[in-house]
Amino acid sequence: MLKTFKLGGVHPAENKFSADKAIEKLALPKSVFIPVAQHIGAPAQALVKKGDQVKVGQVIAKAGGFVSANIHSSVSGTVTKVDLATDASGYPKQGIFIEVAGDEWEECIVTDETLVERFEADSKTIIDKINEAGIVGLGGATFPTHVKLMPPPGSKAEMLIINGVECEPYLTADHRLMLEKGPELLVGIRLLMCALSVNKAYIGIENNKKDAIESLKKLCASDASIEVVPLKVKYPQGGEKQLIKAVTGREVPSGALPIAVGAVVSNVGTAFAVYEAVQKNKPLIERVVTVTGKSLSKPSNFLVRIGTPANELVEAAGGLPEDTGKIISGGPMMGKAVASLDIPVTKGTSGILIMPDPDAKRKTSQNCIRCGRCVTVCPMGLEPFLLMTVSEKQIWERAEKDCIMDCIECGSCSFTCPADRPLLDYIRLGKGKVGQIIRSRKK
Amino acid sequence: MSKLLTISPSPHVHTSDSVNKIMYRVILALVPALVWSVFMFGLDAVRVTLLAVVACMGFEYLIQRFLMKEEPKITDGSAALTGILLAFNVPASIPSWIIIIGALVAVGVGKLSFGGLGNNPFNPALVGRVFLLISFPVQMTSWPIGIHAQTDAVTTATPLAILKEGVKNGQPVADLMHNLPSSIDLLYGNMAGSMGEISAMLLLLGFAYMLWKKVISWHIPVFVLGTIFVFQGVLFLANPDKFIEPVFHLLTGGAMLGAIFMATDMVTSPMTHKGQLIFGIGIGVITVLIRNFGAYPEGISFAILIMNGFTPLINAYVKPKRFGGKK
Repeated sequence: MLKTFKLGGVHPAENKFSADKAIEKLALPKSVFIPVAQHIGAPAQALVKKGDQVKVGQVIAKAGGFVSANIHSSVSGTVTKVDLATDASGYPKQGIFIEVAGDEWEECIVTDETLVERFEADSKTIIDKINEAGIVGLGGATFPTHVKLMPPPGSKAEMLIINGVECEPYLTADHRLMLEKGPELLVGIRLLMCALSVNKAYIGIENNKKDAIESLKKLCASDASIEVVPLKVKYPQGGEKQLIKAVTGREVPSGALPIAVGAVVSNVGTAFAVYEAVQKNKPLIERVVTVTGKSLSKPSNFLVRIGTPANELVEAAGGLPEDTGKIISGGPMMGKAVASLDIPVTKGTSGILIMPDPDAKRKTSQNCIRCGRCVTVCPMGLEPFLLMTVSEKQIWERAEKDCIMDCIECGSCSFTCPADRPLLDYIRLGKGKVGQIIRSRKK
Repeated sequence: MSKLLTISPSPHVHTSDSVNKIMYRVILALVPALVWSVFMFGLDAVRVTLLAVVACMGFEYLIQRFLMKEEPKITDGSAALTGILLAFNVPASIPSWIIIIGALVAVGVGKLSFGGLGNNPFNPALVGRVFLLISFPVQMTSWPIGIHAQTDAVTTATPLAILKEGVKNGQPVADLMHNLPSSIDLLYGNMAGSMGEISAMLLLLGFAYMLWKKVISWHIPVFVLGTIFVFQGVLFLANPDKFIEPVFHLLTGGAMLGAIFMATDMVTSPMTHKGQLIFGIGIGVITVLIRNFGAYPEGISFAILIMNGFTPLINAYVKPKRFGGKK
């Protein structure tokens, strides 16, 4: 029996069209737009101005606080302006525009691809390098990694859990990374373990990536401290709490962080970035992005410089299909629909998904027939039908009492509702309001 | 970009299941039992079913169109399903005008007066059935002999009625056994009863289909039937002269039809599996109580309606297990 989390979950059609497409380096863009807020927490402060010459890997915006991350230039060239532009959020965000000229890297960055396994760095040095390199969670949540590595006083990490689940349909970036960069990934994991002073790491991978499971198992066969854990295919297993439950059986208490049960979770992409930062001095300036969709002629996995406009990725994947109805940044379950391809790839961009027209439209919502499916599939054990109703009627005390803040917004409820009710939309609304009420109470 | 893109919040994919699909799957699951009732009762079964379905859909259309002044939604399958279930709950010999009244009560009072699909607290078909049982007790309890029976009689009593009458007259259960159909007859459906309830086996086949298609979960039917079995078993062990062995109760009357198709009505049953456990046990207990101690030989319709009444309470106080332990 494969391990998995117990409560709820759904299994949407996997549609991993790009699973066997090796990671390709995308050609350098002509210009990039690099937002200064590509992470959860305070935006970084821009250090450059119009006319400045920058090199690849140069810090162009300094972290704006502890929970923040540095931003580096992903290209070399001239800063054309520091201004607002729309990113995947749909809102104008401040960022740095760079006109690309050549491909000149900072001297300290090692650009050859030989594997560097040995390291003598201690915990503090590793965390400093990660902080310096602007590494954030690459699974999509973009939480600054150095913060995770410094548990608050009184809590202690016991294990590292590497998230190789990739439970979102369509996406294959992590899958390819695990297949192609296994040895580097393992070094990254050892670095993270050293930073956390733990001697056990688990790599959770869903069983629809058997080749990745096999290859990583082989690679860490001689190292008992790293264990590959094959998991049953079930969404949202990539959610931190679900993954910890699946791998260790421990349940993160309501309102608490993973560290409460001794776990720190990091994405495979993040672990690879840690390897590059510590062993090669390479800051987070590129990432793997899956570009996919049913009618796309060439679904692909690209290694992309941060700031590259999304339309260059789609062009490289065969161009925007005629029947495009929706463009999603991320996966189909939690990704964000965007208004145009004129947005940059950022640290949190795991995929660009092109959906054909009929699939893109929402169906008309019908009466709730109280089938209870939303309750059955909720991985947090909530009652989405009820949370929707109380949010609609603005009964906020009831929403709080029924744990609306525990919702991880995985969308399983809306996915499964046979009456096509916009459950998660209303729950999001309720979460916003209840969150406000809770914050105002603390003041 | 030349055309407008759809912008909507996640999730962007959706199950292919729909309310209509669920309804039509339940109807499909009822087809074997329907075929069997046509085989047993002939054209009368066709007449009653067609009338009930047409009347339910017709009344739903008229009420939605002219009283509620909204777009009629008769194609969602729920009115047709109510019609079939209503037909399944009456004798095949029922006069046409009575079944039409039943349909009006089921759809008009049982469902639309509360706002339509999803808002009704009680199972509409059962509302119709119980209304007819109270209003037309004679026509509702004259059970036609099947068209294959070699006898001059026109009507007969159901096994549950034979049992009830006998026990009331002080006869030990063992003496009554030779008047009752064998378990095999009960299982495949050679007995008197409401149109759709007689073949336990074919109803179970429908159950298996619904489980396979994930239309319903196993919880309610298993808790209802399990409770009937256990409770009746206890009574039987305590006094076998007065109480019959439990399997008889599982195979007779509307136990199967009720447990599989009526109690599982999503709108009127609890949302959580824990709630469904309470709901199912409640139905089982009330059914056994009515059948053994009440005035009627059969009681599952009443049991389901009573527990329907508790559903909102159960939904309000029985919460699923929350992740992370918070209550």
